[in-house]
Amino acid sequence: MRENMVEAEGLTKRFGTVQALAGLDLAAPAGSILGVLGPNGAGKTTALRILTTLALPDSGRAQVAGYDVVRDPAAVRRNIGVTAQNATLDELLTGRQNLLMVGELSQMRRADARVRSEELLRTFELTDAAGRLLKGYSGGMRRRLDLAASMMTRPPVLFLDEPTTGLDPTSRYRVWSVIRGLVDEGVTVLLTTQYLDEADQLADRIAVVDHGRVIAGGTPAELKRLTGGARLEATLSVADQAALEALRPLVEGPFQISEDGRHLRAPVRSTAGLVTRVVRVLDAAGVDLEDVAVHQPSLDDVFMRLTGAIPESSVWPPDGQAAMKPELQEVIR
Amino acid sequence: MIDAVPTVRAGGASLPVRVAGALRDVYIMTRRNLVHIAREPMQLGDVTIQPVLFTLLFVYVFGSGIPVPGGTYAAFALAGLLLLNLTTSSMGTAVGLTVDLNTGVIDRFRTLPMWPAAVMVGRSITDVLTATVCTLTIVVSGLVVGWRPETGAGQIAAGFGIALLFAYALSWLAGCVGLWAKGAETAQSFGFLVLFPVSFVSNALVPTRGMPDWLRLIVDWNPVSAVTAACRGLWGNPNPSAINSAWSMQHPIWTAIAWSIAIIAVCLPLASMLYRRRTTD
Repeated sequence: MRENMVEAEGLTKRFGTVQALAGLDLAAPAGSILGVLGPNGAGKTTALRILTTLALPDSGRAQVAGYDVVRDPAAVRRNIGVTAQNATLDELLTGRQNLLMVGELSQMRRADARVRSEELLRTFELTDAAGRLLKGYSGGMRRRLDLAASMMTRPPVLFLDEPTTGLDPTSRYRVWSVIRGLVDEGVTVLLTTQYLDEADQLADRIAVVDHGRVIAGGTPAELKRLTGGARLEATLSVADQAALEALRPLVEGPFQISEDGRHLRAPVRSTAGLVTRVVRVLDAAGVDLEDVAVHQPSLDDVFMRLTGAIPESSVWPPDGQAAMKPELQEVIR
Repeated sequence: MIDAVPTVRAGGASLPVRVAGALRDVYIMTRRNLVHIAREPMQLGDVTIQPVLFTLLFVYVFGSGIPVPGGTYAAFALAGLLLLNLTTSSMGTAVGLTVDLNTGVIDRFRTLPMWPAAVMVGRSITDVLTATVCTLTIVVSGLVVGWRPETGAGQIAAGFGIALLFAYALSWLAGCVGLWAKGAETAQSFGFLVLFPVSFVSNALVPTRGMPDWLRLIVDWNPVSAVTAACRGLWGNPNPSAINSAWSMQHPIWTAIAWSIAIIAVCLPLASMLYRRRTTD
């Protein structure tokens, strides 16, 4: 059992009438990535602010790198790097000056800070912009510089609040690979995200937060298991009762059928050759098939199931999928 | 550079190491503020352009109508103009600090293992440097309009020292206002509502003999009056307040120093308290 580099127990925090945290527990073992997922206002950022000594909990306790965040904030600060949700750098300094300042204020020697900042500028593809004032940077460039700043001292624990929000896909993959590289070196990362695929891709463990507490936790695989197994989705050319009869032996539960009767959905046990068998039985029953697929559960499913963010009915029929995506993003942000 | 597996960093550096680190943090924060000024030189307008304008305005427009016993208006007014400009320009501190606090950069500083007070101390040192620029501008414009110090170098320097000590005290007062104000506009209005009356209800720009007794009591105990009278005395310039019976006008040097120390003694701890409160959720 590895020691936990981040550990929170029963954190509560109230802002006026809003209970931001209502007994939050988190744990991130050394050298792992903990993903904190949750809808807007779930308390993710408040939790991060407490863990990074920016806010005090009303009750509960938290340790980072073995130091209590309330009693020993100075020791915590020596061991963490933080990328907050909003840019936290100096608009009137250049990118390079910002990194140097962060390094020097973290007690790095100037020469070391210089070497490290050039390294990070290269990593985040900011070398060309390094001499420009931050106020001329795009949102994505600021984000990357903020990430670089949090890594200046190679801290053993990194806190990243929505690290890739506002980044284009290329930068996103780049940031992911940087984060993975750090974890390979032994860094512990706690990241919040609104992107389920980001948590899925990066996190060793995920904590789903809603209304200020963790409502589910586990590895991405464990969480997906929570939603049950795979599901079959089929689109018929025309509604046909015979299709249901033919498919019934292959499915594990009741069908959901769209109003026009052309879209079918049912839980299945995912096995090799399932789609082939579906096509075969429907063909034998004389049913014309437009589309068929077996969907593995995604974190989107888990998330919706757990937070009730989107009622199942509105996700269905699958024509709605395209329309659903932006709405889902909205709910989760 | 070798990539070591990060391990938890222990604290507990010795006191000299910590003090050296704190001084370095103050230096870094001061340097940052100076870079800001270099990027936006108009920030210096209230210590370069404004002093010249005020000097010309008061010496030529008001001065021609205000008789000063024992000398010219220019010789009388220079110390007062210095204090007027030092006092009003300290609101730049309040505004700058409020702007800083409303941007995310303070959050960044607060997650770094730096000396937290370096943010405030660095700003107060920047203020002393800009106050020095203000003083130089006033001295040059004063020399142009006919002001001359009449004493030795030691006394002249002591006068500037007392003025700058007062400016340093004001920077902590303005710091408190900046920490307390929610936005830059509030901090700005502090300048007009408090600093302007305080600098004008004084002996800085007019002799006080014509004032009613109750007003002169306020004027005589105003720290701006004490510092102004101290400078006039030390520079050998006309100082009509010297005949006032108030203790503060009889001993303006000690009154000026006492005011400055008192303001620092109250505002420095208050600023650190406000800073902690302002930056902790």
